[in-house]
Amino acid sequence: MSEPGAEYAHAVSVEGLRFGYTAGEEILSIDALVIEPTQRVFLYGPSGCGKSTLLSMIGGVLVPQDGRVSVLGQDLSAMKGSGRDRVRADHLGIIFQQFNLVPYLSVVDNVCLPCRYSRRRLQRAESDDGTVEASAARLLSELGIDDRLRARRSTELSVGQQQRVAAARALIGRPELIIADEPTSSLDADRRRDFVSLLLTECDSANSTVIFVSHDQSLASHFDEAIDLRAINRAERDSDAA
Amino acid sequence: MLHSIRNTFSLGFKSLWNRRGTAALTLASIAVSAALLSVVDRVRTDAQVSFANTISGTDLIIGARSGDLNLLLYSVFRIGNPTNNISWNSFETIAERREVDWLIPISLGDAHKGFRVLGTNLDYFEHYQYADGRTLDLSDGSTFTRATDAVIGAEVAERLGYEIGQPIVISHGLTATSFVTHDDNPFTVVGVLARTGTPVDRTVHISLAGMDLIHAGPGEFSLPSSLDSYEPDAITAVFVGLKSRVAVFSVQRFLNEYEREPLSAVIPGVALQQLWGLIGVAEYALLGVSAMVVLAGVLGLLATLLVSLNERRREMSVLRSVGARPGHVFSLLLSEAALLAFLGALAGLLAVQLAVILVRPYALAEFGIQLSVGLRVFDFAVLAGILLIAVLVSIIPAWRAYRNSLADGLTVKI
Ligand SMILES: Nc1ncnc2c1ncn2[C@@H]1O[C@H](COP(=O)(O)OP(=O)(O)O)[C@@H](O)[C@H]1O
Ligand SMILES: [Mg+2]
Repeated sequence: MSEPGAEYAHAVSVEGLRFGYTAGEEILSIDALVIEPTQRVFLYGPSGCGKSTLLSMIGGVLVPQDGRVSVLGQDLSAMKGSGRDRVRADHLGIIFQQFNLVPYLSVVDNVCLPCRYSRRRLQRAESDDGTVEASAARLLSELGIDDRLRARRSTELSVGQQQRVAAARALIGRPELIIADEPTSSLDADRRRDFVSLLLTECDSANSTVIFVSHDQSLASHFDEAIDLRAINRAERDSDAA
Repeated sequence: MLHSIRNTFSLGFKSLWNRRGTAALTLASIAVSAALLSVVDRVRTDAQVSFANTISGTDLIIGARSGDLNLLLYSVFRIGNPTNNISWNSFETIAERREVDWLIPISLGDAHKGFRVLGTNLDYFEHYQYADGRTLDLSDGSTFTRATDAVIGAEVAERLGYEIGQPIVISHGLTATSFVTHDDNPFTVVGVLARTGTPVDRTVHISLAGMDLIHAGPGEFSLPSSLDSYEPDAITAVFVGLKSRVAVFSVQRFLNEYEREPLSAVIPGVALQQLWGLIGVAEYALLGVSAMVVLAGVLGLLATLLVSLNERRREMSVLRSVGARPGHVFSLLLSEAALLAFLGALAGLLAVQLAVILVRPYALAEFGIQLSVGLRVFDFAVLAGILLIAVLVSIIPAWRAYRNSLADGLTVKI
């Protein structure tokens, strides 16, 4: 397996992708989608149009029935599950809408979690800040989490704080690609904007590519590019027509 | 590899700690099952060793014709009653055989405050052996010189608070509250035996002449001038030591075919084997029940893990999203099962150690069973066995978590 150095043209490239959870019911059919390195992409569309499903395929958890998904120049569709898991662990940071944190771990332990599963991110975090814990502490304070909260159990935080902890976790060890699946949906409007700008600032300093999913189009202005999934997904159009 | 195992166990431990209420209950049920298994086996083997240690060096036990087991039980363990006596003539006939090294005559039947009274002569103190050939020692006083002297076992002395010079009264029958007491024949304690951990500790020893004295009516019996030369009419049993063990079967055959009187001659080891055969059934039944309890404990563990799976689906998805592979999810659940089983079994085994230390004196005094302290091979087998079964059984929830984590993808269901 080739380790992605600087030598990849696209952060994400999708070709002729076809996917359905059950046979006969196609949810995604995308001819081409390319996301360039360090781009910040805003992906939107109504609920149920397949945004999370597409992210699962980029994350290497789901595999398309047909077509190709490449991440950082590596063809996920040609890999076995363990290979895709490796790519996700080493190069992807993922944030969900809510319940991102492991309830029995402290805030710091949650942030350090990716470094348990990826030696690469462990080493990058250590080279950034000396130790993984120091790296976690830096990210947490940059994202506005008070020092006193670090040792708390994650369930004791507010939803907004939990989302920022999840962002710190996605960012630790500077993964090349950050995937955020409606991370702001449970936040109020002010906090949404704060969260997005904090996240994007961090991604900038880490040179990470960002795919940010939301159905709130008012956030689109923060991003380099906005993609309407319905515009590129032929399956959805087909099912609309039917 | 080691790093990742430590990671998994530390996660597993934190996860269990988060659910410590249910985890503690599961752990307790495993502890109980491990403790039960350990106790049953310990009592079983310790009882066997204690029984086997009761008699040593005796090649044959001879009594009136009866079952081998019955003869062993009443003569050695003082359990039950002899069916018949054997005549002093027979005793002398046996004594004359050239294969015989020594003999101990034994006369049973009476009791003192619930302790068995045994009539014998000085050969008993010289030749009776227990536990790999140890002979009886006096901790105080001397053996008997007069017909009304008594030498008591350590347990008798301790429980009744007797010392040298204590006058005692011996009654017919075994019960402590017997009506027929022989108040006119008081005996005197002249010796106390050192503790042996055998029924000897719970026996009051008197001379054969003393035994006859109890059973004679007032004034019917005149005390002999010398205990050595005293010859009773009948005795209950004889312990025999041979010059060579090779002769055991020929002497046994001679005695079993003895014509003047129906006799039984048993080899103690053989009779003990019969005893194990009999007790063994009950022992294995108990072990079987204990094993079922272990199974119940492990099924409880399985239930706990399965029930927790649904509420942990999101947790598993989160772990997957940060890079955990399905194998990590699988081994996280295995590690939780292994931790519960290991800690539970360990707690159970240690509780047994504590309990053994506490009940040890009581078991020795009451049942003559010397309980051993310290973990044994069987305990480690229990620990390993429970651990293994728990890990095997938890493959089911671990596999389900693994499947779920694949099916759920990164979409965390709410
Ligand atoms: N695990 C699943 N199994 C079966 N169908 C699913 C699963 N996840 C999502 N779907 C279906 O796929 C479609 C797209 O879902 P999703 O990707 O979650 O949409 P979005 O994230 O845009 O709201 C929906 O119709 C949804 O019902
Ligand atoms: Mg979605």
